[in-house]
Amino acid sequence: MTSPLRGQTAIVGVGNTRRWNAPGRTPFDQAQEAAILALEDCGLGLQDVDGLFCAISSSGLPVLNMAEKLGIRPRHADGTMVGGASFLFHLQAAASALVHGLCDVALIVYGSNQLSAGGRLVSMPDPQPYEAPYKPRYPISSYALAAARHMHLYGTTREQLAEVALAARGWANLNPDAFARGPLTREELLASRMISDPLTKADCCLVTDGGAALVLTRADRARDLKSKPAYVLGTGTSVSHRQIAAMPDLATSAAVESGRRAYAAAGLGPRDVDHVMVYDAFTITTLMFLEDLGFCAKGEGGSLVASGAIAPGGSLPVNTNGGGLSCNHPGMYGLFTVIEAVEQLRGACGERQVEGCEIALAHGNGGVLSSQATAILGTGAAL
Amino acid sequence: MNADPRFEGEGPDEVFASALAEGRFIIQRCRACSQTRHPPALACSSCGSPDITWIAASGAGEVYSTTTVRERERSYNVAIVELVEGARLMSRVEGIAPEGVRIGLKVTARIAPEPEPHVVFEPAGDAP
Repeated sequence: MTSPLRGQTAIVGVGNTRRWNAPGRTPFDQAQEAAILALEDCGLGLQDVDGLFCAISSSGLPVLNMAEKLGIRPRHADGTMVGGASFLFHLQAAASALVHGLCDVALIVYGSNQLSAGGRLVSMPDPQPYEAPYKPRYPISSYALAAARHMHLYGTTREQLAEVALAARGWANLNPDAFARGPLTREELLASRMISDPLTKADCCLVTDGGAALVLTRADRARDLKSKPAYVLGTGTSVSHRQIAAMPDLATSAAVESGRRAYAAAGLGPRDVDHVMVYDAFTITTLMFLEDLGFCAKGEGGSLVASGAIAPGGSLPVNTNGGGLSCNHPGMYGLFTVIEAVEQLRGACGERQVEGCEIALAHGNGGVLSSQATAILGTGAAL
Repeated sequence: MNADPRFEGEGPDEVFASALAEGRFIIQRCRACSQTRHPPALACSSCGSPDITWIAASGAGEVYSTTTVRERERSYNVAIVELVEGARLMSRVEGIAPEGVRIGLKVTARIAPEPEPHVVFEPAGDAP
């Protein structure tokens, strides 16, 4: 049965600062700019926002800081922090809060200065005493352990992982806003420096700054605003562990559950999806999420990506902004998967536009494959 | 005090660390469903029961997954080991080149004392 929330809310505003290297700006500067852009995008103002959803790596109390800086007094707030997937958890919570009248205009907002502040992943303090003695590189060693397991079970190869990075760069080369553009070859990818076997530097996402925001309203109001609404057709979330050793099966993520829930809520399946955005923190995550979200059978992600299906011109447009691998990755990238999905549904993507894009899927990942969140969005035609 | 007596005493992290400091590697086992778990917690991750006991780990297990962390000066192993009792833990396999650690390798635990006591593994002597 589809969810009673299906199509009841819509993303009406998106804000993307596109400032991937912006010294002299704090995470909150990036977030405020994105919020202003998102509100201007739909013709609403700060005074209209009564629901605030926010996560920022460097702040333990981001909602309080954002409300003060934006000069708003939200009556509903949510600072859920589950890593890079947080904003898709916020999206689900915002849809519910809007439908239940807890707020009328929801703002989801994020900012980061990860690159200009020193180029290291900024994580909230969260010591892991059962991992610390072994000095895994965080988070890459955790993803490497998952990749090694995937290779062991399904015969996935480094060459197949390189195809993910190649496809991402292919799309980035069609996106004037992508941070990493230009030619990239298989040979360069495979010769990249090994960091935590089997993952090399080329398997890792970028380190950038950035700010992003979404504005959501109920569908009736969405129709009267100046932007083309992207309706929330279905969402699903799941949390499976914190430490990688506690992940039940390192080769299969909880995206299986979040995806199943989102498809059920929307009354749709993978075959109905025109455009896919999956969180590519590392090449292995693209491959795993495509499997876990049902775009191919389990274990066949490697051959799917090697077939060229996800690259420009392929049968399944994936990560069309260039992804975390080649567009941007400010530390918690999830919101950017939603922004690109909305832009594709609006038909606003220029050279990289997916023809006839009516239904898009955005998927966020957090921690070390720990939190998974899937959102299925559609145009008015998909309602 | 009206605190629930079932949860009296030190918490599970402290119990584990104290045992390790005395040279004992112990893991939790659920009395209700027999599932083992590590790191320890207050309830069973399989059935949810808070009725949990401690058992001595045999120390035998096999490599569930493995990675070699590459630094300029050195490379070292990080592995997830699945104990024969069922629980998995992050650890390190020593006594073999880090790249030589393979999934499925049979290993045996020992307690490394420094800087804090922690469990590491070595290839099992009678590995096939």
